[in-house]
Amino acid sequence: MDALNSLLHGFLVVLTPLNIGLMFVGITLGVLIGVLPGLGGANGVAILLPLTFTMSPTTAIVMLSCIYWGALFGGAITSILFNIPGEPWSVATTFDGYPLAQKGQAGQALTGAFTSSFFGALVAVLMITFLAPLVARFALRFGAPEFFSVYLLTFCSFVGMGKGSPFKILASMALGFALAAVGMDTITGQLRMTFGISDLMRGFDFLIAVIGLFGIGEILLSMEEGLAFSGKAARINPKVVWETWKVLPRYWVTSLRSALVGIWMGITPGGATPASFMSYGLAKKMSRNGAKFGTGELEGVVAPETAAHAAGTSALLPMLALGIPGSPTAAVLLGGLLIWGLQPGPLLFVEQKDFVWGLIASMYLGNIAGLLVVLTTVPLFASILRIPFSIIAPVIIVICAIGAYTVHNAMLDIFFMLGFGLVGYVFKKLDYPLAPMVLALVLGDKAEDSFRQAMLVSQGDVMIMWSNALVGSITTLALLLLFWPLFSKLVGLLRRPKTVDPVLAEQPVD
Amino acid sequence: MSDPAEARDAEDTPHGVLARNGSVDAVVSAILFAIGAVVVFEARALGAGWQNDGPGPGYFPFYIGLILCVAGAGIFWQAVFSAKRNRGAFVDREQLARVLSVFVPAIVYVVAIVFVGIYVASAVYIAAFMVLLGKYPVWKSVAIGVAVNALFFAMFEVWFKVPLYKGSLAPLSFLGY
Repeated sequence: MDALNSLLHGFLVVLTPLNIGLMFVGITLGVLIGVLPGLGGANGVAILLPLTFTMSPTTAIVMLSCIYWGALFGGAITSILFNIPGEPWSVATTFDGYPLAQKGQAGQALTGAFTSSFFGALVAVLMITFLAPLVARFALRFGAPEFFSVYLLTFCSFVGMGKGSPFKILASMALGFALAAVGMDTITGQLRMTFGISDLMRGFDFLIAVIGLFGIGEILLSMEEGLAFSGKAARINPKVVWETWKVLPRYWVTSLRSALVGIWMGITPGGATPASFMSYGLAKKMSRNGAKFGTGELEGVVAPETAAHAAGTSALLPMLALGIPGSPTAAVLLGGLLIWGLQPGPLLFVEQKDFVWGLIASMYLGNIAGLLVVLTTVPLFASILRIPFSIIAPVIIVICAIGAYTVHNAMLDIFFMLGFGLVGYVFKKLDYPLAPMVLALVLGDKAEDSFRQAMLVSQGDVMIMWSNALVGSITTLALLLLFWPLFSKLVGLLRRPKTVDPVLAEQPVD
Repeated sequence: MSDPAEARDAEDTPHGVLARNGSVDAVVSAILFAIGAVVVFEARALGAGWQNDGPGPGYFPFYIGLILCVAGAGIFWQAVFSAKRNRGAFVDREQLARVLSVFVPAIVYVVAIVFVGIYVASAVYIAAFMVLLGKYPVWKSVAIGVAVNALFFAMFEVWFKVPLYKGSLAPLSFLGY
């Protein structure tokens, strides 16, 4: 019952008028970010991060995490009303959400999406409440080899569970690590790969990379399509909400299954996008109405939304308990911790109780606030999408430039942002995943430190990665995942050629 | 023309396709390989081996560079020689024009920030973008450009006390901002 006491304490920390107010501000901004093209959870939080420098860490994380919840909710609005996924994880929501809107049942689809998002988040937060302290306590005994093996597992699971060419995943990751190595070496203090340019001494900040890759890159991609929105009108009234809520309990099996899929994919850095596709595919296979999926089944909205939100939420568990983020947005929040002067990692649960439990309590409250905000303000956000792209695009580029500048007050960063934008555009078009690159940029220094410390302990013997049962099994699992594409190819050669699932074929490389 | 992929190409050509995924893939993988090679050489110069006091500063980047080289070579192989290589269109003439119409002004905008600061450059950029690409009347564009930046000014300078770069042109400097 330790966790419950701490949680109650967390609620006391969070329940101040300022925090509640900022919670609603955060949710509203988040939904806005989720709805607008070019702004998403990761770069939205990155751009708004400098605004929180003067706040207390708890207030800051409450606002930023609420932006994240808002963005998770917001992605569904564009998917259902406009058939344009605002975020990669809401692609699967378009399959049944848009047909429902075409049938004039947009209200039901939106209510279903929001409610199941809320349910997914709730299950994930419950899991975090009880599991995170245990994981953190366990991780307190970790040494350098153990930490490096967990980093290894994180990155190898991108290769093992990712979609698309494993070489591209590796390249994206290695590029992130290479960029992270630029600048001052944390152990010897030597300058690395700066090529005599003094501005490179600071290295490449991942916040700049996030803003460029996801913000500018996305704008360029949307521009290429020559966007013309044509949306369905949405009216949500209490009656529609009530009617939908009466139907939803029927899909409890799907909801629960999707939530579990989401939690699993969120903790391992599979991410929200694969989670939503996997859960949609599973629901299609296992539901009695499976054959009707794609023509406007509410269950087809429930499955991906529950999973995406559960995954997005549980991505915070490794971030909190181990200091290893499970998604780019969690990585940005982790960057925030460092800026506010907190050291992420298992010690957080011992030294910063107010902060950790305040954050967990705000996850409960933030999602309730989120559900209220989205259910009441959908028409407002839908009308934002009717603003022509030629106004939205320059404004978003300006916001990105301001965001990039405020990170270090450095002009050069804005140029880097443009460069990353171009990289993001080309990589997105060629199906390179961006998440491994961002996570490698964030974790590069720490992964390197733990690797070098481990090597120091063993005097350069790699076998230290198998020196005890724990580190050995994590390392073995990591290597297994790394070579998984090879194994599955070999198995595929032995078996008959398999048919490609049409649902999975549409999954974007995220 | 026995290859089905090539047959598909023939159907694509009339749209003015400028580059195919396969060729762009090959170019990008070559660049990645080159970056990897640079990292490997830099790491060796820094000391990629074991030094008196432990692993040198280039110890970890050396392997990262190697992975990047291997991945680059692998992608190059998949893009050029693989049977399943992607021959889809990377970009056609119209798309490239659209992308450049956003990207080139963005570069001009960022260069302008260096000289006149964020607020002035942003207002001009938004207004010019609306007039040139959105075909809006000038007064409307200027009004929106100024209004958006007034909002940013209030948000950053007044509410959150985060000063932004104003360059040599600081029209509100007499107010202390």
